[in-house]
Amino acid sequence: MAYSKEQLLARLQELQIEFSKYEHPVVMTVEEQAKYVGNKGGALTKNLLLKDKKHRYYIVSALPHTKVDLKVLALRLGVGKGGLRMAPDNTLGEILQVPPGCVTPFALVNETARNVSLLLDQGFKTQDCCFFHPLSNDMSISLNTHGLDKFLKSIEKEPIYVDLEANPQVGKDQPGDLAAFVPSTSMVLPDPQENESSSQTLAGNQVSAVSADGKSMAVKAKADKPSSTSKNVKVQPANVAKSSLRSADIEKFVDEILEKTSTLFLSEITEDSIKQHGEKLGDVLGNSIRKHLTSDLRNLATIFKNIAYTEGFYAGTHHQPKRL
Amino acid sequence: MENKDEKNGEQEQVVNPWEVSAKDGGKIDYDKLIDKFGCQKLDQSSSELSHVKRVERLTGRPAHVFLRRGVFFAHRDFDDILNAYERGEKFYLYTGRGPSSEALHLGHLVPFMFTKYLQDAFKVPLVIQLTDDEKCMWKNLSVEESQRLARENAKDIIACGFDISKTFIFSDFDYVGGAFYKNMVKVAKCVTYNKVVGIFGFTGEDHIGKVSFPPVQAVPSFPTSFPHLFSGKDNLRCLIPCAIDQDPYFRMTRDVAPRIGYHKPALIESSFFPALQGESGKMSASDPNSAIYVTDSAKDIKNKINKHAFTGGQESIEKHRKYGANLEVDIPIKYLNFFLEDDAELEHIKKEYGAGHMLTGEVKKRLIEILTELVERHQRARASVTEEMVDAFMAVRPLPNMFD
Repeated sequence: MAYSKEQLLARLQELQIEFSKYEHPVVMTVEEQAKYVGNKGGALTKNLLLKDKKHRYYIVSALPHTKVDLKVLALRLGVGKGGLRMAPDNTLGEILQVPPGCVTPFALVNETARNVSLLLDQGFKTQDCCFFHPLSNDMSISLNTHGLDKFLKSIEKEPIYVDLEANPQVGKDQPGDLAAFVPSTSMVLPDPQENESSSQTLAGNQVSAVSADGKSMAVKAKADKPSSTSKNVKVQPANVAKSSLRSADIEKFVDEILEKTSTLFLSEITEDSIKQHGEKLGDVLGNSIRKHLTSDLRNLATIFKNIAYTEGFYAGTHHQPKRL
Repeated sequence: MENKDEKNGEQEQVVNPWEVSAKDGGKIDYDKLIDKFGCQKLDQSSSELSHVKRVERLTGRPAHVFLRRGVFFAHRDFDDILNAYERGEKFYLYTGRGPSSEALHLGHLVPFMFTKYLQDAFKVPLVIQLTDDEKCMWKNLSVEESQRLARENAKDIIACGFDISKTFIFSDFDYVGGAFYKNMVKVAKCVTYNKVVGIFGFTGEDHIGKVSFPPVQAVPSFPTSFPHLFSGKDNLRCLIPCAIDQDPYFRMTRDVAPRIGYHKPALIESSFFPALQGESGKMSASDPNSAIYVTDSAKDIKNKINKHAFTGGQESIEKHRKYGANLEVDIPIKYLNFFLEDDAELEHIKKEYGAGHMLTGEVKKRLIEILTELVERHQRARASVTEEMVDAFMAVRPLPNMFD
């Protein structure tokens, strides 16, 4: 189903694309990534998953210092002023099938990402090679644009390099210069978390294809209710780093409990504490676990209970009566 | 109605469901408020008979931080609830939110955090009312928008950790009708127009929606309003944790209850959560820097506390070491009072900071740590709340295990 890191690397090798790979602890940001591969030659890249009001998705992949102005991009794409937002965290998993902090052009290898548009920073062409995550945040691979292009063409994606910092005039007579790169189909996810009543925007949503001569359809942004004040465009990968339970997944639940417990153990069993407590360390640890973990684990269990109940509730309300 | 009292040219403090302001832009005088409203002060002494101690004995666990620190400081008939509980008679909890905005800040969470503790400690069911109709009327929102906000707020409320097998969340637009409405009419018949004007300050210019709203917030106090939950339990008592500005609704309710054959609901009331800029500051949805929001990132929290929190520290380090900090107005200390669980650590910080040994930066750093953990935990829980979960919490369904 979803491509794994190993499958991707194998694919690159099959295509005889040259790349270097570096393993490192999971990183969520370019800054963290820089700690491990910043000095290996080659440019780091920042990768954003964006979404417009008609549920069309875009990956923008750029050099870290390239300014990416969502307002300008939105106009250039012809999706209306303010029409581009950072895509919500859950879409990373659902559309790109990558964990948070791992947006990468390589995610386009997945079926679910078929309709995602990719815009690459033309600055990449001036670099010897660039770093991307190969579908997992615990590794970075560097390759040059020839290699990247070869890969993209192999999945039937035309590589599009753009001057992301350009700010051309867009108006009635001058359509957005990137309008041709708007995906032809929108993707509404089965569990919409957004504020816009997505079912309503979908109802009359025809293919807003853009004609080849670049005439973009002026998309009038529906007067957005003050719904987005707090659900704003900030991406918070670091905060929701530990992917929250979304289904009553026992393995994830138990893993999280064990992780919290072992983290506590590891922090409390030190040379000093062994010296200090000796044989009694067991008791001390037992108490410490109760003191520090009780409320945390209870909260976790409550979330799990609520999720399981909800699943049962859904099943109950959708069950079909026995056929007589 | 507590209007600005122009006698003696003095401005009285104003506390009602739609306005809270202190005298001369100073601090709210809670003792005066208790006097004026006629509720009681919670006994937080170390006596074995104090409310705090009784609660600890009855629930077999330490009292919640908010109770220990006097955040919840006033009550009506809390003793009756405890006495009945001791005899084996249960009760149910009722609290609510007016969904006027999507952006929830920490102050909004306070009553819900406390209510969750009450649910867990006493093992009792809870009904949560989302007054979307009220906000539609008072804030002039469209019906659809207020309903949408109600659902969005429900997600943050659920993220506070309520047990779905013991919690019923409802929005007025969805639920009013049937037995609930019958109780509304019973209550409405007992409150004259003059009375409601006296309590809430309505004028001839206010539309009739506002005037007829109070019964909506009153009747969740009566178990017969929820036949799918409490049928056969007409005598079940109700405890309402809320901020003290909601007292007028329940004064009215308590007045009416015996006349229609119901128990008076008991109340446990909290003081107001201070804005970052200080007690006299106002937390406003239009000023994101006046409060910590549940959507804030770690960076935002750090920034807001460091740059916008009003402190009682002195202007210079030398002065600070000499005179110490003014704990009366220091916001970081006040916030720590709400959110630092460890009593000993709080005492230590207050002592050292007040004496000038600890600097403001250190206090702020500790606060940032605590708030970041709180907000991150909330965000993780919030991420687990799906539309289906909201539907389940809001479904009119029986809760067979609500007292387990």
